[in-house]
Amino acid sequence: MSDVKTPEIGAAGWARWAWRQLTSMRVALLLLLALAVAAVPGSIFPQQPQDPVAVAEYVRDNPTLAPWLERLGFFDVYASPWFAAVYLLLFTSLVGCILPRMRKHARALRTPPPRTPRRLERFPAHSREETELDVATVLDRAERHLRGSGPWPSYRVTRLDDDGVAASVSAERGYLRETGNLLFHTALVGVLVCLVVGDFTHYRGQAVVVEGRGFANSRLAYDSFEAGRGFRPESLVPFRITLDRFESTFDPATLLARDFTAEVTVDEPGRDERAGTIKVNHPLSVGGAKIYLMGNGYAPQIEVHDAAGELAFSGPVPFLPQDTVYSSQGVVKVPDVTSGPQIGLVGYLLPTAVEEPAGFWRSVHPLPLDPALVLSVWTGDLGLDAGLPQNVYELDEEGMTQVTEQTAAGERPRTVVVRPGQTVDLPEGLGTVTLGEELPRFVALDLRHDPTLTVILVFALAAILGLGLSLFTPRRRVWVRARHTSEGTTVVEVAALARGDDPGLEAEVDRVRLAIAGQEEER
Amino acid sequence: MNIAEMSTMLVWGAATAYAIALVSFTMLLARKADAGVAARQAAVVGAGAPAPGAVDLDPASPTPGRAKAEGIARSTVLVGLALHAGAVVTRGIAAGRAPWANLYEFVLVGALVAVLVLVALERRRTIPFLGTAVMGIVVLFLAVAQVNFFVPADGVQPALQSYWLVIHVGVAVIATGVFTVGFVTSVLQLLRAGRARGGALASPRWGWLATTPGVGALESLAFRLNAVGFVLWSFTLVAGAIWAEHAWGRYWGWDPKEVWTFVIWVVYAGYLHARTTRGWAGARAAWLVVVAYVCVIINFTLVNLLFPGLHTYAT
Repeated sequence: MSDVKTPEIGAAGWARWAWRQLTSMRVALLLLLALAVAAVPGSIFPQQPQDPVAVAEYVRDNPTLAPWLERLGFFDVYASPWFAAVYLLLFTSLVGCILPRMRKHARALRTPPPRTPRRLERFPAHSREETELDVATVLDRAERHLRGSGPWPSYRVTRLDDDGVAASVSAERGYLRETGNLLFHTALVGVLVCLVVGDFTHYRGQAVVVEGRGFANSRLAYDSFEAGRGFRPESLVPFRITLDRFESTFDPATLLARDFTAEVTVDEPGRDERAGTIKVNHPLSVGGAKIYLMGNGYAPQIEVHDAAGELAFSGPVPFLPQDTVYSSQGVVKVPDVTSGPQIGLVGYLLPTAVEEPAGFWRSVHPLPLDPALVLSVWTGDLGLDAGLPQNVYELDEEGMTQVTEQTAAGERPRTVVVRPGQTVDLPEGLGTVTLGEELPRFVALDLRHDPTLTVILVFALAAILGLGLSLFTPRRRVWVRARHTSEGTTVVEVAALARGDDPGLEAEVDRVRLAIAGQEEER
Repeated sequence: MNIAEMSTMLVWGAATAYAIALVSFTMLLARKADAGVAARQAAVVGAGAPAPGAVDLDPASPTPGRAKAEGIARSTVLVGLALHAGAVVTRGIAAGRAPWANLYEFVLVGALVAVLVLVALERRRTIPFLGTAVMGIVVLFLAVAQVNFFVPADGVQPALQSYWLVIHVGVAVIATGVFTVGFVTSVLQLLRAGRARGGALASPRWGWLATTPGVGALESLAFRLNAVGFVLWSFTLVAGAIWAEHAWGRYWGWDPKEVWTFVIWVVYAGYLHARTTRGWAGARAAWLVVVAYVCVIINFTLVNLLFPGLHTYAT
């Protein structure tokens, strides 16, 4: 037991100490740097929300490291507790810093400029000269110049009677510097609040739409739908969009895409039907949401007749483009056969198909100049009856066998090639497959609703405005003292002081001198 | 020769002119270092009294050789600038759009902005170190861009067909150019401060440092440049978010390019705070500028080339 007693700090004392630390500039700075460091891993490791496929690959390739990264949140950095901890502490620090500053600034805005210091010659920018003018004229001119002729005064000015013999003008400008600084930081808080509110109330749906067809804005119509926890189904305005036509143009030399345009018809409740276009970079606004053109491709019209000659499948099937010449991959699942096993057709749609060498096909142009469907054939159980959700663009090979053939090079998958308007027999008497004359296009549409968009933009622009004001508004104090001498002249002293570095200070003093001498430059 | 080839020729012409300027600026630096040594030796010989023929350290008083090097440096920078501007304009005409849609063009225009800032800063007074460093970086940038990043002038894919290309990327290029000169100024500030502390930087080899503006003046110049860069970068960030909202349906998605743009923004914000924090103002803050500029370089080299993301068409 020690006799020395340490003073009791107590919980409140500790809390006050912690708060003071948190709101100090040094801690704010360290938190800023921590935020920068914490953000980096998200660009190095694949991220679950952005690219789940890449995460799965990474986990497969790094079986020892990946579970640890997973546990520590490195595959979803920006939703991880440690990232949240840094930015929440930073914003707490920010709020704790700017609230007292706001009070102080509000007081400063109501306070007149400080009294003129006794000795003006000690200031970095200073001038002293004698003039024939009387004290009142000198100060009138100085005051008029400093206030300026704009809609609001450039300097706030007070007139002081120093000691009976001398009188002076004290002026201050640059209140906007702190105003801008506070605006910037407040706007940042606004941006963060909008991010949170937007995440809470937004919804986003993705739909693949084939030419001539449409979709309704309801949860079930989307291929995938995702919404914030505060989403209410009422915010889905029940409009309907029909894709009338999709057009794409390509550079004739490089075959690179030059333009994508989707022509749609919008049917909004309570309004006349209207036409609209959706292009990349030009979303369409409907019912408080925006619809984006995210992808496109071909959806060949395919019919499959089964072994008994019955129509087992008919419809457009979207094939997903894999490269710039639209070699597109797709799957046709035919569960409803009247007899025999279920059929799966897997393969490529090639818009301009060329065979080279024999049996190997590739596309040489993104436009459908000479399309062909090259399919391999699977039979067995498609696994659709299990009721589990399946990817429509992938065949579950679990219960299926591929139809193969013996060639000189050994056993290889049997392929069927179908041209538009053709009907081709499937191997092993499974039936026939027909490709339609027309090759319809499909578009992948993304619909997003975020009620905070406008507000967050306003905050972002306010932040930039505040930043500009706080960095580039010079904060200056100017004093002019005029003293009547016994010789009948007036000694005029001008001095200026800046907060921080200010290369324009000398020039400011010169302008005041000229104004007092009556040589004010024309504006 | 078509107009695209003309652009390439002009780039090489500009790089050559800048290389001559680089040599002239370096000679100017070397002469100043010699002058520093000579002055010190003269002072030793004359035992305190100014020796006859001692070289004045004031950069405003030119010796004939120095005046010549200075004249060559200043005029070749201007010649290079004219060729460089011509290269950018012809590139834009050849591609039929704003000439900053890929990494090659980004570097080309960023370097132009850096030279413009240099010319503006050296309008009244030559700062040889600034000239040497900026010319060195710009020659390197132009050569690397031509050799490694070159792509033929062409139109752009639908995702880039937007006036936001002009605004977002244009401002980003300008910000990068301004940050480049700000970085050089901060490095100079660090060297100058290091010399004041003694050690290796106080040796005669680094004598030219004594002829640069003082630490305070360099700090305030670096601050003004980096502050302008920071505002431009903030604008780049916001404009990028607006464009992302139009093109990808979300204003922020932590794409690698977005991550690094954010990191750069935060580090420069850290610098602005550090300037006014006790214990951080001065050298530590200047080191943050070095870190931030390294992030800028990472952002438009490593991030484009290594990390797959939505911005990959920038290569």
